[in-house]
Amino acid sequence: MAEREERRFAEVSRDSVKLMAESAGVEVGDEVAALLAEDVCYRLREAAQNSSQFMRHAKRRKLTVEDFNRALRWSNVEAVCGYGAQDALPFRPAKEGELFFVEDRDVNLVNLALATNIPNGCAETMVRVHVSYLDGKGNLEPQGTVPSAVQSLSEDLLKYYQQITRAILGEDPHLMKVALLDLQTNSKIAALLPYFVYVISGVKSVSHDLEQLNRLLHMVKSLVQNPYLYLGSYVRSLVSSVMYCILEPLAASINPLNDHWTLRDYAALLLSHIFWTHGDLVSGLYHQILLSLQKVLSDPVRPLCSHYGAVVGLHALGWKAVERVLYPHLPAYWANLQAVLDDYSVSNAQVKADGHKVYGAILVAVERLLKMKALSLSKPAEGGDWTPVPLPAMYCELYSFFGDSLAVRFSTGPELEGCLPALPCQPADARKETVANAAAGLDNSRKMPQLTANLNISPRPDGTHGFPFIFRPFARSSSSSSSVQRRSSSSRPGQRSAGPSRDVFPKARFPPPQAGPPSFSFLIGGRQMGRRCQGRRFQTSFGPQPPLASLPPRAYAHKLPVIGRVSKPVRRWTCSHYSLHLPL
Amino acid sequence: MAAVQDGQVESDAEKETKPDASNDVAGNSSGGARSMSPNAASSASGAAKAAAPTGPGEQQTLLAVLQFLKRSKLLESVDILRREAGLSDELDESQTNDGAAAGSASLLRRVSVGGAAATNIAATTTSKGAEDQPDVSIVLSAYSQQGDPALYQVYYSGLKNFIESVLDCHRAELSQLFYPLFVHMYLELVYNNHEHEAKVFFEKFSGDQECYYRDDLRVLSGLTKKEHMKGNETLLDFRTSKFVLRISRDSYQLLKRHLQERQNNQIWLIIQEHLYIDIFDGMPRSKSQIDSMSGSLAGEARREANKAKVYYGLLKEPEIEVPLDDEDDEAENEEGKPKKKKPKKDNLGSKNKKQDPNAPQQNRIPLPELKDSDKLDKIMSMKEATKKIRLGPDTLPSICFYTFLNAYQGLTSVDVTDDSSLIAGGFADSTVRVWSVTPKKLRKVKSAADLNLIDKEADDVLERIMDEKTASESKILYGHSGPVYGISFSPDRNYLLSSSEDGTVRLWSLQTFTCLVGYKGHNYPVWDTQFSPYGYYFVSGGHDRIARLWATDHYQPLRMFAGHLADITCTHFHPNSNYVATGSADRTVRLWDVLNGNCVRIFSGHKGPIHSLAFSPNGKYVASGATDGRVLLWDIGHGLMIGELKGHTDTVYALKFSRDGEILASGSMDGTVRLWDALKAFDVETDDFTAATGHIHLPDNSQELLLGTYMTKSTPVIHLHFTRRNLLLAAGGYNSQ
Repeated sequence: MAEREERRFAEVSRDSVKLMAESAGVEVGDEVAALLAEDVCYRLREAAQNSSQFMRHAKRRKLTVEDFNRALRWSNVEAVCGYGAQDALPFRPAKEGELFFVEDRDVNLVNLALATNIPNGCAETMVRVHVSYLDGKGNLEPQGTVPSAVQSLSEDLLKYYQQITRAILGEDPHLMKVALLDLQTNSKIAALLPYFVYVISGVKSVSHDLEQLNRLLHMVKSLVQNPYLYLGSYVRSLVSSVMYCILEPLAASINPLNDHWTLRDYAALLLSHIFWTHGDLVSGLYHQILLSLQKVLSDPVRPLCSHYGAVVGLHALGWKAVERVLYPHLPAYWANLQAVLDDYSVSNAQVKADGHKVYGAILVAVERLLKMKALSLSKPAEGGDWTPVPLPAMYCELYSFFGDSLAVRFSTGPELEGCLPALPCQPADARKETVANAAAGLDNSRKMPQLTANLNISPRPDGTHGFPFIFRPFARSSSSSSSVQRRSSSSRPGQRSAGPSRDVFPKARFPPPQAGPPSFSFLIGGRQMGRRCQGRRFQTSFGPQPPLASLPPRAYAHKLPVIGRVSKPVRRWTCSHYSLHLPL
Repeated sequence: MAAVQDGQVESDAEKETKPDASNDVAGNSSGGARSMSPNAASSASGAAKAAAPTGPGEQQTLLAVLQFLKRSKLLESVDILRREAGLSDELDESQTNDGAAAGSASLLRRVSVGGAAATNIAATTTSKGAEDQPDVSIVLSAYSQQGDPALYQVYYSGLKNFIESVLDCHRAELSQLFYPLFVHMYLELVYNNHEHEAKVFFEKFSGDQECYYRDDLRVLSGLTKKEHMKGNETLLDFRTSKFVLRISRDSYQLLKRHLQERQNNQIWLIIQEHLYIDIFDGMPRSKSQIDSMSGSLAGEARREANKAKVYYGLLKEPEIEVPLDDEDDEAENEEGKPKKKKPKKDNLGSKNKKQDPNAPQQNRIPLPELKDSDKLDKIMSMKEATKKIRLGPDTLPSICFYTFLNAYQGLTSVDVTDDSSLIAGGFADSTVRVWSVTPKKLRKVKSAADLNLIDKEADDVLERIMDEKTASESKILYGHSGPVYGISFSPDRNYLLSSSEDGTVRLWSLQTFTCLVGYKGHNYPVWDTQFSPYGYYFVSGGHDRIARLWATDHYQPLRMFAGHLADITCTHFHPNSNYVATGSADRTVRLWDVLNGNCVRIFSGHKGPIHSLAFSPNGKYVASGATDGRVLLWDIGHGLMIGELKGHTDTVYALKFSRDGEILASGSMDGTVRLWDALKAFDVETDDFTAATGHIHLPDNSQELLLGTYMTKSTPVIHLHFTRRNLLLAAGGYNSQ
C-alpha cells in the first residue's frame, strides 16, 4: 500500500534538479541534488495538499492552478504565472528520445492587442429561480431548458443537430425525407432530445407558415417513432406543441386559401399516436388533453377552426373521448353552430364555410362513436357492463341534430338499425352460430376495418352476412339480447308520448328495405319532435332519392350538399381519417 | 503553506491567547467587551484555577507563558499568573536556567515576530487552548528518548499479535491503539533520523490502519525527514495533543498486564507520553460503536469535555404589542373574530412567557435592544409563521432552486435573508453580489448633499432618502482581495458580512451598498462567518484554527475560541446566541460558550473535514455534514451522537432544519437535496447509562429516515433555506463542465 501511495506523488528526480541548477548556472553535487530533490518533492506534496483545501472551500471538484497558487502564496512562495487558462495544457512527447514537455506556445501580444474581433464579455451573472419539486414530488415543468444556456454537447452531436434542423426546416424535400428517416432510426441522439423538443416548441413562432408547421410535426412524428428514444417528461412538451397546431387559431388560417384543416387533421392523428404509444410516460396526460380540448370546445369566443381542431382531436383520441366530451357538450354547442350555419349573409360566407367544416367533423366523430358503440355492445359477454348512455337513446339524440345526414353516413344504416331491434329474432335464424363464433374469435382485432370496408364501399344487400360479429353475442346469449330488447322497448313508450304525430322528418325517405319498419326509426322521429328541432335546412334541399338499396352509399353521399368533406381530393392519411381507420 | 510558515500559526495562537487570559485575570479588560468583561474575567480566572493542578506538560506550558510575559515586561501579569497557577519562583528560575538554549531561543524568535500583534489584542479567551497546545520544541524533544530502531517493528507486531489473540470483546477496543501507536512510532523513527527504518515500518503496517485515516496517512507517508516535521501542521497537531482513547477497565488491565509481562517499555512509554486513555467501567464497546465515534484527528473527546452544563433552551421572545393596525382592520369587519384571535395570541404569549428550564438567563449575553423596525419584522414573521405549512413525512416541502447562471468567476458561498427577500453570493473573484428576489428593487441611500435637501419631518422620510435612480435588481460589492468564502446577512437585513481568503471579514451596509468595516484579526483565510440570530455579534473562523467572536461596533474580537487542531471550516450560532458551534478540518465539532469562551462540547465521529452545521430550531440538537457525505446528529444536552444519516456521495455543503424542526434538508456537492425525517431521527432512547458513558448504539436506519432525494442539473447545492412558510429554497451555481 505504501508503495502505491508513494507512486501517486510526483517525483522530481535528482537529474532534473541538476539540470535546473545547470540552467541557472550553478553546479550542484550529487549529494546536494539528492537532498534537494527529496525536499522539493516534499514541498510539492505539501503545497498540493494545502491547495486542496482552497478547492474544497470554493465548492469545486477540480483543482485549479489558482488554488495551487494560493497555497504557494500563503507559504510565501512566488506564484506560478501564466497557467490560468481553463483548458488543460497538452503534455507532449518529443519525437526523439523519451522527452515530454508541456506545450507552451508563444502568444503574439501585438496581434492580440491590435485584434479587431474583440470578444464579447461573458454573460452577466444572474440568479434564476424555478420550482423544482412541488410538495416534494415530481417536477412542475419539463426541464427542457434553453440550449444557449447549456453547451455541454460534443462537437459531433452539435453538428448533427445543426444539419438535421437545417435539412428539416430547409427547402429540399429530399433532404428533409432523409433527415426525418434518420431521426426516426438513429439510436444515438438521446442527448439531443431536449434540443429537438425545443426546436419543435418553436411552432408557436411560425404559426404563419403552414409548411414549417408541417415539417415540425413530421419531426415530432419521427421522434415519437424512434424506438431508441425515451421521451420521458418531454412527451408533455411535444404534446403541447402538437396541441398548439390542433387548437390554436393559427396565423396561417387567416388566408382561406391555406389548408390549415389538413394540418389540424394531421396533428390530431399525431396526437393520438403519441398518446397511444407514449401516454403512459406522463400520468394524467389523457385527462389533461381532454380537459384542454373541452375548454376550447366550450369557449364560444374561439374561432371555428379551433373548434374544428378540438373535434378532430377528440375524434382522434377515440370514440370514448368523443362520448365523454363531445357528446354531452353537443346540445349546447349545436345552437352556436346552427346560428352560424343559418346566417346567409355574404359577409358570413367564410365563417359559414368554416362552420360546415366543423359540422362535418362532428358528424364524422359522431358516426364513429355510434358504430363503435354498437360494436362495443356486442363485445361484453355479459350484459352487465353498459355505458352510461344507451346506444339507441344516443342515436336518437344525435339524429335530432343531424337528421338524415347521420343516417346517410350509415349507408347500411337501416340495416344496422333494423338489425338491432331485429336481433331477438336472430337466434331463431338458425345460422351456424358456431361458425360465427369462430370467425369472431379469429377476427377480433380486425373487426373495425371490416366494418368500415362494408360501410364505405360495398354494402351487402343483406346485413346478416356483413356483420356476423354483431350478431354473435345475441346469438350466443339470449339474456343479453333480451336485455337489449327490453331497453329499446322500455324507452319506446316515453318517446312516443313525447311526440307521436309530427313525423315531419323525412325518415320515410329511407324506407327500410326489410319488411317491418323497425321500432328504432320510429323513435327517431319522436325524439325529433320532442327536441323541437327544426331539422337542418340543407337537408331539406335534397330531392327525392332513388331507393337506397339501388345506390351505392358512397355515390349517395356525394350527392349531399355536403358539409364536412373537403372538396379537393384529400391526401391519403386524411382519407384514412375519414374512413375511420383508427389505430385500435 | 506550513513549510515556510514554520509553526507560526501555532505560535500566533499561543501568543494571542495566553497573554489575554492573563490580562483578564488581572481585571485588565481594556476595550473589548465592556458589558461582558466582569463575567468573563471571573470565569477565565476560574478556568485558570481549574488548570492549576497541572501535570508536568501543563506546568511546562505555564512556564513558557511566564517566560514570554517576562520578556514582554508584563511583570504584573507574571505575578498574577504565578499566584494563580501556584508556581513557585524557584521552579520558574530553575526552569529558565536549565531550559535548553533551543527552547528559549525559539520562544524569543516567536516573540519578536508577533509581539506587536499580541499587545493589540485585548479580548478574552479561554486558557483551554493553552492546555492543548504545549510548546512545540518541548513536544519535539519528547521524541528524543528511543529504543533500538530495528526493534520497533518487533514491538509493534508483538502488540499486534497480542491484540489479535485476545477475546473478541477486548480486541475491538484495543485495536484503537494501533493508529496512534503506529503514527508515534513512525514519527519517532523519523525524528531520530532513521529514515530507512521508518520507511520499512510504514510500508509494513500502514495497510492495517482504519480506512478513515487514509488522508492522514498520506500526509505521513510524504514525511521522511526530521526537518520536515517542524513545519507540518498535521503532525504538530498529532504531537501537541494527546490522542484520546476510550477503553473499558477490563481491556485496559489486559493491555497493561501484557505490556508489563513483556517488558515492552517502548510502547508503554508512548502510551504514557502521547496517549490519553479514558478508562470507563462497564461493558467493552463493540466495533461499530467505536467506529462511529472515532475518526477525528486527536481521537475521541474526553468524557469530561462534554460534561459541562449547556443551556440549550431558547430565549424568551420579547413581548411585542401584537394587536396591530392590520388586525384592527380585520376586527372592524367582523366583531366575532378579534375575540377569537386574542386568546390565541395570548396563548402564544404565555407559551413564550414560560421560561424554558434549559434556557440561559435572558441577559446572560447582553443582546441589542429591539428597534421599532425589528418589532415590525418580528410581527411580520409571526404572521407568516401562522401561515406556514406543517411538514412531516407525508407533507414534504416544495423546493425552489436558485441557480446562479454564468457564474464563471466561481460561486463560493450563498446566503438568504430570513424573510427570503434577498439572496447574496460570494464569488471567487472577490466580489459579493446581492440580488433582490422580490419585485422590490435594491436602492441606495442618497448622497449626503442630497440628503440635506430632504424634508426630515415628512412621514415618508424613509422613502425619500432612497435614491430611485440607483434602483436595480442586483448590486455588486467590491472590496475583498480574495475569494469570498463566507457570507451572512444580519437578521435586520441592514448589513451583510463576508469573509474572504484575504484574512478579513467585512461588514457591508445594505442601505448604501458600501463597506463599513473591515475586521482584521485572522491573518489567514477566513473560511466562514455568521451573524448571531439577534444581530450585533458575529463569529468567524478560518485557517488559523481560532474562531473569533466579534461585535459589529468593535474592531477587535470579543472572544477567541482556540482549541481546534486544524482549520475551522464552518461556524454557526446557537439559536439562543449563547453558544457557537464550529466545525473543523480536524473532524470534530466544538461548541463554545460565548459568555466565557470555554469549549463545552467536543463531538467526534466524522471521518472528514466538516463543512456544514445546523442547529435544530428548538436548540436541542445540532447536525453536521462533512466531506465524507455523512450527516451526524448530536444531542447537545447529553453531549451524544444520536444519529447518522448516510446517503450523500459527496461533501455535504448545506444543512437546514425546517422551521418547526420536523425535516432536515441536506444539500451536497453530488447535486442532490435530501430530506430526512428529523423527528424520527431524534427519537432515540437514551437511558442513563448511555448518557453517562456516551456509548450509544446507533441504529443503521438512514434509509428509513430518508424522505426524498431530489436531483439538480449538475449543480452542487451549497445553500439551503426554509422560508417562514416552510418552502425550501436551495441555491447553487450551475456548473457547465
